[in-house]
Amino acid sequence: MSSIIDLVYLVPLFPLIGFLINGLGRKNLSKSLSGIIGSGVILASFIVSLLIFNETRAEGFTATTVNLFEFINVAGLNIPFAFQVDQLSALFLLIITGVGFLIHVYSTSYMHEEEPHHFARYFAYLNLFVFSMLLLVLGANYLIMFIGWEGVGLCSYLLIGYWFKNNEYGNAARKAFVMNRIGDLGFLLGLFFIIQQFGSLTYSEVFANAQGTDTAILTVITLLLFVGATGKSAQIPLYTWLPDAMAGPTPVSALIHAATMVTAGIYMIARSNILYTLAPVSQTVVAVVGLATAILAATIAIKQNDIKKVLAYSTVSQLGYMFLGLGVGAYTGAVFHVMTHAFFKALLFLGAGSVIHAMHHEQDIRKMGGLAKKLPTTHWTFLAGCIAIAGIPPFSGFFSKDEILVHAFAANPVYYVIGLAGALMTAFYMFRLYAMTFSGTFRGTHELEHHLHESPWQMTMPLVVLAVLAIVAGFLGIPELFAADAHKLEHYLAPVFKASTEIAEAHHVEHSTEYILLAVSITLIVLSIFYALNRFSKKPETGEAEGFGKVLANKWYVDELYNNIITKPLNGLGVFANRFIEKSGIDGIVNGVGKSVQWGGRQLRLLQSGQVGSYVLWMVLGILILFVITITILK
Amino acid sequence: MTALLLILVPLIGGLVTFFVKQESQAKLWSFVVSLVTLAAMSVNLLMHDEAGRSFTAEWLPMLGSSFALQMDGVSTLLCFLTALCYPIIFASTWKSSYASPNSFYGLMLLAQAGITGVFLAADGLLFYFFWELALIPVYFLCSKWGGEKRIAVTFKFFIYTFIGSLLMLVGLLYMYYQTADASFSMQSLYAVKLSGDQQSWLFWLFFIAFAVKMPVFPFHTWQPDTYEQSPTAVTMVLSALMVKMGLFAVIRWLLPLFPDAAVQYDNVVIGLSVIGMIYASILAMQQDDIKRLIAYSSIAHIGLMAAALFVNNESGLQGAMIQLFSHGVNVLGMWIVIELIERRFGTRKMSELGGLAQKAPGLTILLVIVALANVALPLTNAFIGEFLMFNGLFKFNVWYAAVGGLSIILSAIYTLRMIQKVFYGNENTLTAKGEDITWFEKASLAVIVVAIFVMGVYPKPVFELTTDTVTLILGVFK
Amino acid sequence: MPINYYIILAVALFSIGVAGVLTRRNAIIIFMCIELMLNAVNLLLVAFSKMHYGNAVAVSPSAVAGTEAQLFVFFIMVVAAAEVSVGLAIIVMMYRNIHSVDVNFLNRLKH
Repeated sequence: MSSIIDLVYLVPLFPLIGFLINGLGRKNLSKSLSGIIGSGVILASFIVSLLIFNETRAEGFTATTVNLFEFINVAGLNIPFAFQVDQLSALFLLIITGVGFLIHVYSTSYMHEEEPHHFARYFAYLNLFVFSMLLLVLGANYLIMFIGWEGVGLCSYLLIGYWFKNNEYGNAARKAFVMNRIGDLGFLLGLFFIIQQFGSLTYSEVFANAQGTDTAILTVITLLLFVGATGKSAQIPLYTWLPDAMAGPTPVSALIHAATMVTAGIYMIARSNILYTLAPVSQTVVAVVGLATAILAATIAIKQNDIKKVLAYSTVSQLGYMFLGLGVGAYTGAVFHVMTHAFFKALLFLGAGSVIHAMHHEQDIRKMGGLAKKLPTTHWTFLAGCIAIAGIPPFSGFFSKDEILVHAFAANPVYYVIGLAGALMTAFYMFRLYAMTFSGTFRGTHELEHHLHESPWQMTMPLVVLAVLAIVAGFLGIPELFAADAHKLEHYLAPVFKASTEIAEAHHVEHSTEYILLAVSITLIVLSIFYALNRFSKKPETGEAEGFGKVLANKWYVDELYNNIITKPLNGLGVFANRFIEKSGIDGIVNGVGKSVQWGGRQLRLLQSGQVGSYVLWMVLGILILFVITITILK
Repeated sequence: MTALLLILVPLIGGLVTFFVKQESQAKLWSFVVSLVTLAAMSVNLLMHDEAGRSFTAEWLPMLGSSFALQMDGVSTLLCFLTALCYPIIFASTWKSSYASPNSFYGLMLLAQAGITGVFLAADGLLFYFFWELALIPVYFLCSKWGGEKRIAVTFKFFIYTFIGSLLMLVGLLYMYYQTADASFSMQSLYAVKLSGDQQSWLFWLFFIAFAVKMPVFPFHTWQPDTYEQSPTAVTMVLSALMVKMGLFAVIRWLLPLFPDAAVQYDNVVIGLSVIGMIYASILAMQQDDIKRLIAYSSIAHIGLMAAALFVNNESGLQGAMIQLFSHGVNVLGMWIVIELIERRFGTRKMSELGGLAQKAPGLTILLVIVALANVALPLTNAFIGEFLMFNGLFKFNVWYAAVGGLSIILSAIYTLRMIQKVFYGNENTLTAKGEDITWFEKASLAVIVVAIFVMGVYPKPVFELTTDTVTLILGVFK
Repeated sequence: MPINYYIILAVALFSIGVAGVLTRRNAIIIFMCIELMLNAVNLLLVAFSKMHYGNAVAVSPSAVAGTEAQLFVFFIMVVAAAEVSVGLAIIVMMYRNIHSVDVNFLNRLKH
């Protein structure tokens, strides 16, 4: 047992310490100090994660559990507070702390206008966010995962509503939390089914007994867990919170969309891969929902004019691809896409943040244009991100997306066709975004143009690092097509997905078919890019969308639909319950009893006339009645 | 001996308070008395003084009733909760001033004696005695120091609980005549063998008394009104401690006395509780007065506990017991925040508040933590309880857990709505003049926050404490 | 004499008393009617006591055997005397206050 693995608790501990220092000392810390503490703790975690990762790369490394203390041990259910280190969690540790660190560094500059105590509060939340996410991926059982699961929900709430004076932002934060909670309920019920079936929540025990369990029960479990994933990873029907989550500061969006939070659902399913592999129905549901989300979000992204909203819908769409990958059994592909997506999406968001920073918090791309010259670093890195997400080789997005699509083709060619259509849309809207922002001429006010400037190094450095990663990360997963055994990631993650790989029948696509697929997709994507560039560089959209475009611009009116079928009826029910059941109904009955007693008293009071004669008369009558009773009944 | 001290100290201290005319002295004196009680309880816990947890003396031998006190696991927990809450209540309401403070604080301490007595009594008659003793001071506290509609509301409260108590008395007397040795002692009452029919109607006589106190839907309508109208210090006692009397009584008396009936009617009780959870949550979303909001939220949480007590499995029972404590701590924290808001801004209406986070960041942070405990976020104390209770409910019936689980979502909706309306947004003319809380108030809230996290992260000691009660109840059902 | 005569006499006296109480408004007459009822009861008690004397002595060796009912009569007489003294005092006070002994004026009880 190597010692560094035993120190895994340091990874979440550092951010926790950072959270406590920044949170408790927010009034006394200077901005630079809280920035250094905030970023430093994540760097420390990253270093430990690197060391751990290094351990896990060793041949024959097996999953190691590190017990911290007894958490819940009742009713025959033993849930220790324990961490599990294996290839999957180690990889996620790297992504979270690595990308997280860059975002922290970026934030020190991006948030510099904030007052010191708000600045410290911001870093406290960021650290807590990373802490929760680390708990989520490190847990050795579903309950620890759930702790992190709800924890990231909380942190997203705190960060989306960071500028709490604005009520709109507050609403967006609440929406995020509540939608996540809906998913969490599903997740929780899934946990109860697991407890009932396996008597444990510990991964190793659950997965060891998964084979041979009734498929129906596994289907229920996996579907319920998937409900949780739709909430956290913004899939249909619970995706609407993510675009609204743009209310938070831009680095937060980068953190939520790239390194933490939304990847939780992917991680959870990848972690429970054996359960899903054994429940084909759930797999199909996951794939279909993922695909539907990918397409739906892509169509919406085409017509958004807020730079962050476009990126937000692209996240939803990319997450859909990951779920498609999970659904067709391409677990490695999905995790691969999580990784590459973390790089290029963080890059895009931070780039967008740099643009917004330069534009003095203007986010409407219709008012941008021609920024390439003014913000060269941002421009080049953003372009790299766009190419990566569009899927042009040899940028990273190509490899991961292609891996998912090829597996989708093997599972069902229809998946592939729809998936490819989504990919074309992705290329289209990303380059629409690029063209409207960076090419053409500036469409904002003159004064603003005068102030345009490149961001400071704290912001450009992370951009450059992420751009490099977004370009080269794909080489970790070169398909077998090009070189045998070049898929390093698959090799690395193989132990985690071993059981699933053994069970699932391997879908094999002929190399010739694969070449054709690649050629088709690259050609179409390139065409799509050029069309977008051509169209939007010359004649950018400046007005409001019309016709069908208006439906897309209004996000298919899904928010309105939810509002009408859920929020309003619930509110109506509340009003009804308050007014009719509570006040008139139950309390009415209670008060009615009281009133009827009072009424009865008032009636009886009339007997008390005060006339001695009437009293005597009643008395005599009473005696007579008693007489009659005695004689007739009690004889 | 501790058991006796826990009752005697507040009782005598309370009687003495009546003669302390000066306000500051009355406050100080009652605070010291509550601290002494807490010290006695803490020493007992730290020393693991098992012997000190029971006490017997002759009381009414001709009736077969003795002054028997006994702490088992769950009553130790609740006695500690009572002892812990009182100093916090006094500390957090230090700045509030009440007319004739001597009787106010005296009655508060008398109520403490009564509540502790309920948690301790191991004799049927003594239990009834304390049950009423706890009610009477609270009645006077509400009706004398309450809000505008206090007379009507407290009268309703009194009638509700009193009818329940009378039903219980009838049941208790019937049980008394069934005992082999004409005794009210817990052992004799436990030993009574009852037929199925007898159990049925006795069960309902007792249950209604306890259900009113908890309260379980549809016996709850006294609660929001009473919470709203009472002075906040009394509301704290009511919701942090007195509602626990009902739940505790189910654990100590109802389940062991009538196990067959409890199994027979489990669906009715759990059904009502689950309906109550959802119903109260929906109503909580409609409230404008924060006190009423918390009142309904409390009903929802109590509903889950009531349901979990009847699921007849270890997970549910353990969850309910740890939640008894957690809920007391959390709801107390909520009331403290409300008290602070009301004292500063003179209103409890969410529509009139807003933007407090700018003026009172300290208060906001503490409230957010307490509110998160209220929605049972993991690593807060309430999560442990709710997780186990839902698990227990799930084992009993999947659908109850699924429907009841909706309250998890609803609680997030109304709690966050409250936070946003009160603390976020822009300040208005009313809230602009506010200021942050003082260190003294911070300290009392800090105790609660510490309790929230310590229990949320390391609940093991509590489980160890309550295991014996759980074993007892599960044993009865076998 | 057969016991029936006593009973009929007592019932008649009692009924006259009841009728008097119910119908008359003069407090003093009502008072007298109450006395009439009491005495009707006394008469019955004495009559029954005499009737059962033999049996009672045969059953019980007690010195007062068979005379308990007559003892009750004395109690009633004492109570009646006490009642008269208090009742008449009340009536006198009533007359002083409202210058009437008509009970229908005396309806302040309900207030």
